[in-house]
Amino acid sequence: MDIPVTILTLLAGIAITLVSLWFGLNNNLLPFAATSTAADVDTLFNVMLTISIGLFLLVQGLIVISAIKFRRQPGDESDGPPIHGNIPLEILWTAIPAVLVMGISVYSFQIYNQMGGLDPMNHGGHKMEPQAQVAMASDSFEGPMLLADGTVNPEYKKYAAGVGAAPGADAPDVTVNVMGLQYAWIFNYPEGFVSGELHVPVNKDVQLDMVGQDVLHAFWVPEFRLKQDVIPGKNTQLRFTPTEAGTYPIVCAELCGPYHGAMRSQVIVHDEADYDTWMQTQIAAANVEGEAIAMTPPNLSSAPLDPIIQAMDMDIRAEELAQLHPSAHGQMDHSHMQHDPAMVMN
Amino acid sequence: MTSAITENPEATKPPSGPQHKGHHPWWIYFTFCTDHKVIGIQYLVTTFIFYLIGGALATVVRAELATPASDLVSRELYNQLFTVHATVMIFLWIVPAGTGAFANFLLPLQVGARDMAFPKLNAVAFWMVPPAGVLLIGSFLIEAPGSGWTSYPPLSLVNNQTGELIWILSVLLLGTSSILGAVNFGTTIIKMRMPGLSFNQMPLFCWSMLAASALVLISTPVLAGALILLSFDLVVGTNFFNPAGGGEPVVYQHMFWFYSHPAVYIMILPVFGMISEILPVHARKPIFGYLAIAYSSLTISFLGLIVWAHHMFTSGTPSWLRMFFMVATMIIAVPTGIKVFSWVATLWGGKISLNSAMLFAMGFLSMFVIGGLSGVMVASVPFDIHVHDTYFIVAHLHYVLFGGSVFGLYAGIYHWFPKMTGRMMNETLGRIHFTLTLIGFNLCFMPMHWLGLQGMPRRVAEYDPQFATVNLVCSIGSFLLAISTLPFLYNAIHAWIAGPKASGNPWNALGLEWQTTSPPPIENWEGDPPLVEDSYAYGSKPGKKSVTALKGSDLWKTPV
Repeated sequence: MDIPVTILTLLAGIAITLVSLWFGLNNNLLPFAATSTAADVDTLFNVMLTISIGLFLLVQGLIVISAIKFRRQPGDESDGPPIHGNIPLEILWTAIPAVLVMGISVYSFQIYNQMGGLDPMNHGGHKMEPQAQVAMASDSFEGPMLLADGTVNPEYKKYAAGVGAAPGADAPDVTVNVMGLQYAWIFNYPEGFVSGELHVPVNKDVQLDMVGQDVLHAFWVPEFRLKQDVIPGKNTQLRFTPTEAGTYPIVCAELCGPYHGAMRSQVIVHDEADYDTWMQTQIAAANVEGEAIAMTPPNLSSAPLDPIIQAMDMDIRAEELAQLHPSAHGQMDHSHMQHDPAMVMN
Repeated sequence: MTSAITENPEATKPPSGPQHKGHHPWWIYFTFCTDHKVIGIQYLVTTFIFYLIGGALATVVRAELATPASDLVSRELYNQLFTVHATVMIFLWIVPAGTGAFANFLLPLQVGARDMAFPKLNAVAFWMVPPAGVLLIGSFLIEAPGSGWTSYPPLSLVNNQTGELIWILSVLLLGTSSILGAVNFGTTIIKMRMPGLSFNQMPLFCWSMLAASALVLISTPVLAGALILLSFDLVVGTNFFNPAGGGEPVVYQHMFWFYSHPAVYIMILPVFGMISEILPVHARKPIFGYLAIAYSSLTISFLGLIVWAHHMFTSGTPSWLRMFFMVATMIIAVPTGIKVFSWVATLWGGKISLNSAMLFAMGFLSMFVIGGLSGVMVASVPFDIHVHDTYFIVAHLHYVLFGGSVFGLYAGIYHWFPKMTGRMMNETLGRIHFTLTLIGFNLCFMPMHWLGLQGMPRRVAEYDPQFATVNLVCSIGSFLLAISTLPFLYNAIHAWIAGPKASGNPWNALGLEWQTTSPPPIENWEGDPPLVEDSYAYGSKPGKKSVTALKGSDLWKTPV
């Protein structure tokens, strides 16, 4: 039976398209998606994978068919046809990839914008502790993130790195200062305590302000599809809204020394009620610890943790003050208090 | 195109006497010899030995990763192993093998020159490689570098400082060697072409070497600058990159990748050129789209200079910069795609001989396409934020550098071995080598895509136990890959000593390098070389004599 080549080509094209689409949509290659934007990244991946599988099958198919069909027969000393090129064909395979990569670029740009990638360090009116910010960022070459009077340095944003506010987003609901050091993550909550694990409430806009202490690290939560280097002397940022409660690994993704592989932690996404309970427990524990630390002679405290302990100590006093005088918090420098779940409960 | 090869003018016919014959004695390969063919073979053998050492290091790395716990070597040693593995494979194998070995051996033969433009400089460039390699690998006896081949500060300033300094010295030596080589290649291609050979008649390997040499000359000095500043930070206590003293570690990354991304093209462009030479010969068809392939090499060379920050999408890189480098990187897929489609079209309809050279060339094409497609994916910033510094990148880079460059280098070795040594390699062993390499390579690196997507970071000595099975598969693949070099080694050594003698043109190829004896005489041709106007003029035209009927000596004895 002799099937015309055009029919065969058509069938092959349909088969490649179907296989690519099926694999692109059912690949299950990515882990669980736990934030509001992770699914967008997954869709982008699936689209790129579908195109890639199609192109791979096309090229690989042609190579394999060539190897079988155009194999030199024993004793055949002749040459193939003297074809030096085909201009329309060459224009076609220049134009199609060009259109494809431009399309992927535009699509990626759009996803990146939705994620908030185009707007890191835009705090949307939210103010963090001016002193802490100036102390963290003043050594980097672009100058401090906040000016001495507490206003945002307009020069800062163009050097800012990370993933920031999605277009139209308000100030974040929760802000956590993250410190990466060999070989641990320290999460410094503005409510006045530190944690070795990141706890965040579900469906809330979370912002991580990150800085490194010693060498480069990278904060990565695979289930959030988010990663950002943590750099000594330079602030970077991540912002996300977890949508699924659960526990996910935090992985250091930038080589930071022999124990790099052991530098892991986890992020626990709580229900609203769980998060408030956890927050209250931490604040209560920190109060006890804070008093203990306050009574410890300064020369006994461990040197690398000093700034953290000091910051903690300071915040705890503010916290106590706020709890004693709820009506006075509006006048305080620590305006993050207005996002504090503990305050909401009061 | 009237005929592929013009008959030689009467005056330049080969002289009858034996004065231009003669070959080097074997010990010349251990000396400071200025013959480009000797230097090419010196490069190839030296770099292949380094490849075996780098492969042994990789095997230990994979043995450690066969289980989730850090249990085979210490964590410090593990970091040193992958650091030296990467440095050896890049700076002591692929770069000097692609540019040093093949370009040295082939360029003068392809442009019809007696030697390179600067023979002494050429020998100096080669003789920098062995000491640099001994220095780097010998560092295991003192303290090996352990901050990754990227050596990002501040880690590289505090971790294994002695090893770091040795690494800097070694890479500076190799960079200098590379620059000297590139000066030679560029000058030879531009100024040493035989009279009558225009740019658009050059073999495509010359075009790709022109593009690669330009990249070496533009970008390598920037790496040298970065490393010298890094060594100041390390030794003298300056703070160029040290944030503890107000330095900026991200600037190092920019300077490093300004070289090290073009380095990817320095490693792949010569191989692109070799593939463009090998496919037409064994498919008996002209290269499809000569000009498109030639100019796409130059385009890749130019674009390769403006994409470096795609290695820094999750670093201290502002968003507008991330977007620029994303688009620039995506555009590179276009000239690369032109090459791939042109090679496939060259194969299509040919009379393909599935010998070892062709198998490795087709293997290159298949594997490189996978690396190229995953390359477009990681160029997309939102996706790269997820997979950056994970095993997805490890998979991608090995598909480009092993599936691409190393498969291509093997294809080149099988193709030009008869010309280099005058002897034929064994085809059965070659096919066994290809099969083992293809299976081992895919078994080792294909599952790594999944590992990276699922959450395994790179450069870790220990990992989440959920990845144990897949890592074991990768490790088995790597052992198979290590074993796959054995048939090749036996084949190459045995063939070199006792293989069947090769004729001057065993593949019936039209390239100028085949129009002389195997191995070529010291002066490359007896008498003047013939002018090859179209080295891809395969194809039976009615009424024309088939080129396969030609013997090398016919080219100057009888009119075609």
